[in-house]
Amino acid sequence: MAKYNDHLGRPIVAVTGIGVVTSLGVGKADNWAALTSGRSGIHPITRFPIDHLNTRIAGTVDFLPSSDKGASALTYELAETAGREAIAESGLDPDDFGGPLFLASPPVELDWRERFSLYNTGTEGSASDRLLTVARNLPTLDTFETSQFGSIAARLADEFGTRGLPITLSTACASGATAIQLGVEAIRRGECDRALSIGADGSVTAEALIRFSLLSALSTHNDIPEKASKPFSKDRDGFVIAEGSAALVLESLESALARGATVLGILQGCGEKADDFHRTRSKPDGSPAIGAVKAALSDAGLGENGIAYVNAHGTSTPENDKMEHMSLSTVFGERMRSMPISSNKSMIGHTLSAAGAIEAAFSLLTMREGVIPPTINYDNPDPAIELDVVPNRKRDAEVATVLSNSFGFGGQNTCLVMAREPV
Amino acid sequence: MSAHDVVITGIGLVSSLGEGTDAHWQKLTAAGAEPVVDSSRYAPYSIHPLPEIDWGLQIAKRGDQRQMETWQRLGTYTAGLALDDAGIKADEALCATMDMVVAAGGGERDETVDNAILAASESRNDRDVLLNEKLTTELRPTLFLAQLSNLLAGNISIVHKVTGSSRTFMGEEGAGVSAVETAAARISSGQSTHMLVGGAFQTEHPDMLLGYELGGYLHRGPWKPVWQRDGSEGGGVVSGSGAAFLVLESREHAKARGRHIYAQLGPVISGRARRRKEDLAAVVGAMLEKTALLDGPLLTLSGASGAHAATKAEKAALDKNVALAARAFGTLTGHMKEAQFPFAVALAALAIDRKAAYPAFDATVEKPFEGIPHTVLATAVGYHYFEGMALVAASD
Repeated sequence: MAKYNDHLGRPIVAVTGIGVVTSLGVGKADNWAALTSGRSGIHPITRFPIDHLNTRIAGTVDFLPSSDKGASALTYELAETAGREAIAESGLDPDDFGGPLFLASPPVELDWRERFSLYNTGTEGSASDRLLTVARNLPTLDTFETSQFGSIAARLADEFGTRGLPITLSTACASGATAIQLGVEAIRRGECDRALSIGADGSVTAEALIRFSLLSALSTHNDIPEKASKPFSKDRDGFVIAEGSAALVLESLESALARGATVLGILQGCGEKADDFHRTRSKPDGSPAIGAVKAALSDAGLGENGIAYVNAHGTSTPENDKMEHMSLSTVFGERMRSMPISSNKSMIGHTLSAAGAIEAAFSLLTMREGVIPPTINYDNPDPAIELDVVPNRKRDAEVATVLSNSFGFGGQNTCLVMAREPV
Repeated sequence: MSAHDVVITGIGLVSSLGEGTDAHWQKLTAAGAEPVVDSSRYAPYSIHPLPEIDWGLQIAKRGDQRQMETWQRLGTYTAGLALDDAGIKADEALCATMDMVVAAGGGERDETVDNAILAASESRNDRDVLLNEKLTTELRPTLFLAQLSNLLAGNISIVHKVTGSSRTFMGEEGAGVSAVETAAARISSGQSTHMLVGGAFQTEHPDMLLGYELGGYLHRGPWKPVWQRDGSEGGGVVSGSGAAFLVLESREHAKARGRHIYAQLGPVISGRARRRKEDLAAVVGAMLEKTALLDGPLLTLSGASGAHAATKAEKAALDKNVALAARAFGTLTGHMKEAQFPFAVALAALAIDRKAAYPAFDATVEKPFEGIPHTVLATAVGYHYFEGMALVAASD
């Protein structure tokens, strides 16, 4: 008889469906083929003019019907597309999912196109008078819905028939991992047998890019876009802003096996720790990231020798990669020099609110396919970062467990431990 | 009674009525309490403005204050009040292991920059280029973080050192409901021993009014109490600036450190009616049943926003149950969006602790409640979507 509970007596959480969209394409198959052949999805920006911008490249998703319809519409379509793929693979009812929804998505703001349109339709009074007067006479709720923080999740809940009040969350660049953690916790508490966790981000607008630029967070290596994201390299100069989505169907192992579902992997542990040092920089001793990794290992019931591969946060910013290396070396010691670690962001860029979910999806595929995707653009290693980054070419390897890291502005640190098989 | 019961040991409140539990109790229990209303600043809309706050009392460093727009400052300040009230503030060990769920909005943009761009758009056809030109040169670099949703929690970590874990939920009133529900679930399942949960809303910014008015939800014309806005001009919502944070603990944890317990919390029920297809009053009625109400009169702190359809439905559901004595505190505070449900729970806990009910906030509609409330209901039926309620009860 299979064992259904983990080392703490909680239900083991299985993954029975995965969906992915990135700048590399729609769906697991296309993404995995591109990722393992070391292809980059980073390209020159065409969605908006690049006049006055220091960064003119991104990993935008330009091939969906909503790609030019604003952040809210695109984020919804990304979430819906990944969610549909994941539910289809799980074999559950695509219109009546029957469990809660956890959505990691970017905070919404009224699109500038809408703002311009409201303002220039109005005629009298101050700018805010004009916006408000036109707003209250709008014939439909379409614009209103783009301004409500919960409306993407509400639409998804209708679309997929999820149960209860859907949770929309943000833990900045750790959001995707937090969405998965919330699903795992709900199943472990026995609140549900299954949960749908989605991370989606279609928010690359001129303003979003300018905001990150003003914080000096973005790469300005515009000339060869596919070479700009170079995690752990000496000449890394910032991340490449990007879009995408991933969805996981999480299910108690018992319920998955009872209905004869294929178990694609196990969500074995989650750990988190907040940083109180600074709004964008991490504590110099790395203790919060170290704490998050250790918490995830302990939650998974694994020791320091329990991890076979690390799916890095690896943003390609000078600060992150240095701190991530330092934190991992503190936890894993000498072993860290030889443990493979790679950054999907070298190819897909930083998908922000979606990153933790997308990278969890790729971590699960890594174990299932026995192939580690490379860190591309690793031509000029940072001598201060001694890591086996699986440089430039994929590697065949039996991987039984993965640690996936997500760190974000506002002191957010979330780590997930995944396993190929239940232990 | 069990070790993992969820109890409330700290409350932080700010609204137009003032700050802190004492100020709110006094104002809300005074006979004929009057709201603080500003009907001129954003006319034809009324709002309930923030009271004067000495930010330095909870956010010691001016440098920290400067890194936040008003909404983040308000939340960080109110979180500090709750931590103080629970005797956790400045206790490094307790803060470092404390988990946090914040219900957040965000988006306090720079009005001056936005208005300059809008004005220039009247004479420019290349609006996208105009945006790049203005935003690259006029945006304050740190503004992005000062108005970003998860940075309210981030600032609470920095200022108050709450670092066990930090999660931010978004989604109007529903975010507040889910935050309280998740926090309570984590404590009762043993996943956490003590949690900070709450939210803030700062309505004094045109974009915050726009968030309602794009759906035609704001009340216009002379101010009226929540239950009496149906048939008036506009959509019925009068918003208010305010915040509510709670410290939740397991009974065992609170007792071990000898803390005063306001009340115990639970059950917390959340839902999402499909309002286009379902009868909202029936859905709210079903939630009331699920809440396992006891026999006898029940004081009910209603978070009703005034939005016509939602408020009417909630009233119909509450009226059906003759035992319920509703108090729509929005009449006195205005609607505080993400903070609305935590505020309702806080006021419910306060009534339990003070062993007295609030008088009717609108005596033409709300019925009297005699005696000591042993159990109090808190509700939030969203102005557009999402519903929640919770029972708060005496802990002994």
